[in-house]
Amino acid sequence: MRGNPFDFIPYILGHQEQFLRLFSQHVQLTVLSVVIGILIAIPLAIMASRVDALAGPVTWLAGAGQTIPSLAILGLTLPLLGIGFVPSLFALTVRAVLPILLNTYVGIRGVDRAIVDAARGMGMRSRQRLWMVELPVATPVIVAGIQTATVQNVGTATLAAFIGGGGLGDLVLQGLAMVDPAILLAGAVPAAALAVAADVLMGRCRRLLVPAGLRVEGA
Amino acid sequence: MSYLLARPDRVWTLTLEHVQLSAVAVVVAILIGVPLGILVTRTRWLEGPVINTAGVLYTVPSLALFAMLIPFTGLGARPAIVALILYSLLAIIRNTVAGIDAVDPRLLDAARGMGMTGRQRLMLVELPLGLPVILAGVRVATVSAIGIATVAAYVGAGGLGVLIFDGIRTIDGDRIVAGAIPISILALLSDWSLARLGGAARRDVAPSAGGA
Repeated sequence: MRGNPFDFIPYILGHQEQFLRLFSQHVQLTVLSVVIGILIAIPLAIMASRVDALAGPVTWLAGAGQTIPSLAILGLTLPLLGIGFVPSLFALTVRAVLPILLNTYVGIRGVDRAIVDAARGMGMRSRQRLWMVELPVATPVIVAGIQTATVQNVGTATLAAFIGGGGLGDLVLQGLAMVDPAILLAGAVPAAALAVAADVLMGRCRRLLVPAGLRVEGA
Repeated sequence: MSYLLARPDRVWTLTLEHVQLSAVAVVVAILIGVPLGILVTRTRWLEGPVINTAGVLYTVPSLALFAMLIPFTGLGARPAIVALILYSLLAIIRNTVAGIDAVDPRLLDAARGMGMTGRQRLMLVELPLGLPVILAGVRVATVSAIGIATVAAYVGAGGLGVLIFDGIRTIDGDRIVAGAIPISILALLSDWSLARLGGAARRDVAPSAGGA
């Protein structure tokens, strides 16, 4: 490939409407899939955490599920839902569920038994324990799972272009097809920047959401 | 599933390609990452920049990183392997630093007292004791590389991703599954065997850790 790598900047400036459309599609795919993923995964994880016997299977299944390539998940929704935004959103949501579910489950189960016991001793019922003790203490771990899912999905949303889902991956594929590094990078660089920005933003959220009682002084 | 049964030879060839991509990348990442990690433990101010850079690299979406490298490396296995190396660096460097940091300072002191030079301390104490943690990093890097290598097929690097892309193009779920299952199995197998290796390293190390 020939050409000045920085040509992507004038390309973006010269195609603002297209770029903004693809960029916002990318953000929508990521944010929506994570939000829906949270709504599915957290209740599931809470239910699973109540059953002791599930500990082994849940962690093993989550680990195994994560090894399925994101591209395969996108590809397998093709026969089911066809091409476009909604199938991509579906695949991305499926991808987001696992990290959130695993972290929520591990976070709740990982709460110090002594703390749970103290709550029980204070007369708290199961639901009160969940909302007033277990979930708050597990919050940093849960948000870390959401962070992982978000950054991962910015990457997976790049692949949505393969099933017509739009997003910045569209520019990458266009650039590859036309052997034009400017278009290629016009997709790749913003996607990379978006992923890094999402990671930093969610990391900050995580630090903010640590319950006051758990904060380490000066950390 | 039926594709796997119909063309086992092609699946096998692509699997070998996939293993080659991932293995080469992880090995090179170890050759770069472990020395870098050791350097960071000796030159503390490097820790932030090095680990943050590796972290940023890991965050970049795979298709994006492959794409960004293509103007420099061309198509084929090269951008894929370079990208996979860059992705693997974070886990390996971070775990090398953590593993060496976790060595009981009293043991280092004893080693110093025994007259060991810096290099002897590294080779005889820090690396052997840090090995389980370093291996855990290699394990994470390997599983991660196997997954990311899937997309590499699109830039001409071969591997099992070829089947998945084929399947997407022809809307053939069979072919997608025929690509996805071996990838999963590869990842799980690597994870399991590196976990066993790590366990063996830990058992080897624990008795000589001096009642720690």
